[in-house]
Amino acid sequence: MSAANIETGPRVSGPKAARVSGAGNPGGGWRDHLGSLAFLAPGAIFLLAITVYPLVATARNSFYDATATNYVGLGNYKEIFSTSSILVTFRNNVIWVLVFPFLVTFIGLVYGVLSERIRWSTAFKTIIFMPIVFSATASALVWRTIFDLDPHIGIVNAAIQTASDWVNPPGLYPVDVSSGKTVAGLAATGVSAGPQDSLESSSTVTAGNSIELGLIGVSPATLQLTGSQTAVAPTQSPGAVTGLVWRDFSTSNPTERGQVLPDELGFAGLKLTLLRSDGSSAGTAVTDAHGDFSFGGVSSGDYKVQIDSSNFSSGFTGIFWLGTQSLTPTSSLNQTAQALLSVPLVDISMIIAYLWIWAGFAMVVIGAGLASLDREVLEAARMDGAGEWQTFRRMTMPMLAPVLIVVIVTMLINVLKIFDIILNMAPGSSQGDANTLALAMYNFGFTGGLGNWGLASALAVILFILVIPAIVLNLRRIRG
Amino acid sequence: MSAASPATRPPAQPGRSIWAVIRPSRALLNIILVASAVFWLVPTIGLAIISLRPESLFQQSGWWTALAAPSQLTLSNYKTLFGQGLVTGGVLDSLVTSLEITVPATLLVTIISSLTAYSLVFGRWRGRSAVFLVIVGLLVVPIQVALIPVVQEYRAFGSLTGFNPFGTIPGVVIFHVAFGLPFGIFLMYNFYSGIPKEMLEAGRIDGAGEWQLFRRVALPLGLPAAASLMIFQFIWVWNDLLVALIFLGSNPHITLTIFLFDQTRTLAANYWIISTGAMISIFIPLIVFFSFQRYFVRGVLAGAVK
Repeated sequence: MSAANIETGPRVSGPKAARVSGAGNPGGGWRDHLGSLAFLAPGAIFLLAITVYPLVATARNSFYDATATNYVGLGNYKEIFSTSSILVTFRNNVIWVLVFPFLVTFIGLVYGVLSERIRWSTAFKTIIFMPIVFSATASALVWRTIFDLDPHIGIVNAAIQTASDWVNPPGLYPVDVSSGKTVAGLAATGVSAGPQDSLESSSTVTAGNSIELGLIGVSPATLQLTGSQTAVAPTQSPGAVTGLVWRDFSTSNPTERGQVLPDELGFAGLKLTLLRSDGSSAGTAVTDAHGDFSFGGVSSGDYKVQIDSSNFSSGFTGIFWLGTQSLTPTSSLNQTAQALLSVPLVDISMIIAYLWIWAGFAMVVIGAGLASLDREVLEAARMDGAGEWQTFRRMTMPMLAPVLIVVIVTMLINVLKIFDIILNMAPGSSQGDANTLALAMYNFGFTGGLGNWGLASALAVILFILVIPAIVLNLRRIRG
Repeated sequence: MSAASPATRPPAQPGRSIWAVIRPSRALLNIILVASAVFWLVPTIGLAIISLRPESLFQQSGWWTALAAPSQLTLSNYKTLFGQGLVTGGVLDSLVTSLEITVPATLLVTIISSLTAYSLVFGRWRGRSAVFLVIVGLLVVPIQVALIPVVQEYRAFGSLTGFNPFGTIPGVVIFHVAFGLPFGIFLMYNFYSGIPKEMLEAGRIDGAGEWQLFRRVALPLGLPAAASLMIFQFIWVWNDLLVALIFLGSNPHITLTIFLFDQTRTLAANYWIISTGAMISIFIPLIVFFSFQRYFVRGVLAGAVK
């Protein structure tokens, strides 16, 4: 093994470095045999007792009931493949296995290649590599905050909100329609629901007259933020439609409606539109701090005053990144098909978090592979007129292929066993939908009272069967 | 980038070289990598800032607002947590429990792996290659297959000897050692295979015993590999949640990862504890990482099979 560090790019000392020597050379005294065999003993005891025997015992337990006492044949396996809440774990393992190893290898390859061309490559590699020493538990908690629903906590939703508010600013009096509240619910006196979450005066008004519009259901705190002050009854003015929008709720007289009382507040900054009887706009106005407004130069006719829907727009309120909303259209399918085919958003969020942890690993291993490539061959290709891209595709990639396969296989085994990140990142509401084989094995075996050891063992056996190809691959590589 | 400048090159032929046509500037490359580095730093910086802000601010405004208002930052969360002292189940107590598990598990894996690898490489008994192949096969065995039977074994051992390792620190350590061994043996085997056999043969002819050869020749020569193994194993065990969660059972002393896991169950109320605890839990791995980076990288490279 050569001196290896991040900056110079160590050589890959994978299994190829080892070659199994032939059968033990005979000779040597019995003491030698005994001596070196004794060295084997502690390792052998640990491996036999805690790894090899349990492997057999788990296979046996998987054919037994919850307490591992009565033989049930294939019962546990039948239950696994007929329960949709367990089948979900296969779906999630498949999503992880199909998406993660290739994505992380791709990112590792891009960073590995690009970072060779910058001066601060050591700093860059250290930054990308660092998260690998964090526990998946701590990382999951960090990413749980990053993806928090509340834009005051989660930076992803905060960024989207900033962009969204820029395009479509929220109103001064937001009503969160998605949480079941309605704009129509604000109407109290002389106001009724208008089209598209707007409000309009229930009666018509003509020039020279005034109108009073009472609203309810907006907190004093919101009004304080907008600078609203005590409501003042409107004064009539010739050739103008004047009026007041006020909070028709008096703390001293809570049941009274329709009268402007001294302890009631006006709505400041409301955007209003004067509507002709055909619904077209005859002008706009904004209420002052006392809730008063005035449309000037109004010709004869009947008008309605509209309180625009933009006043009540709540803007962007956050995407539930850790939720179960499916990315694939499966709502028309039956329950089992939905369980098998939907891709919950939380899976994608967790994959992003896991990429953050493991991209550095892929980058360092691939970087080591790049550093160990035969520079002369690459130079020769360039001398022969091959361009940068052509050299990369025709020379570097094929030579790098064994390293890429090592990374993909390592990550594949890693995500097959994925556990901590799901347990800690998926909130209770979506954990069932984010469930994986390893997590289900833990939940069945060790949570909820005594657990179901038969079922948990069957899940462990399935997990083991899934890694057998990797075992075969490793053995093949060792034998050369 | 090749040395030839675009001016002296012949005009790009179709399909000849994308780079010759596009010539992505060094500036663009730097912008992409700076953006990536910032993206990668954001979670860690965010966690650090959350742990340094008073809990009352958590629901009010995002941690990033502290970048413009550094006066928000305070050590009060750390003071509160450390102020609790070694109260059972607290963060300091968990830190100690994590060390009590990690240190012996790391040392035992390193020593036993070295011994086993020595026997496999330098021993003269038949069947060494078969044993090594079994160990390679064990490299990727998921720990899930052993959890339930080992709990059963611990129980049986308990009824036999009066000491049931389930729910105790030794119980956790034993499991970690067993599952650390295949990788440890593999790594040490590869390293020892590079040591010329003649170095040991000379000692054997001089009448040195196996133990002496191990201590005087193999162990010192194998130090770089042992260092990689120790660091790798330390971080592996330190960050474990599953094994500790199961084998500590209802033990009131928990590891830092369990401490964090328990706190998540009451996420809304205790984010200051979670963030501060998470910072404390990544502190030691970070020190190990920055102090022994090259050994750690070596371990990771060798472990690209686990």
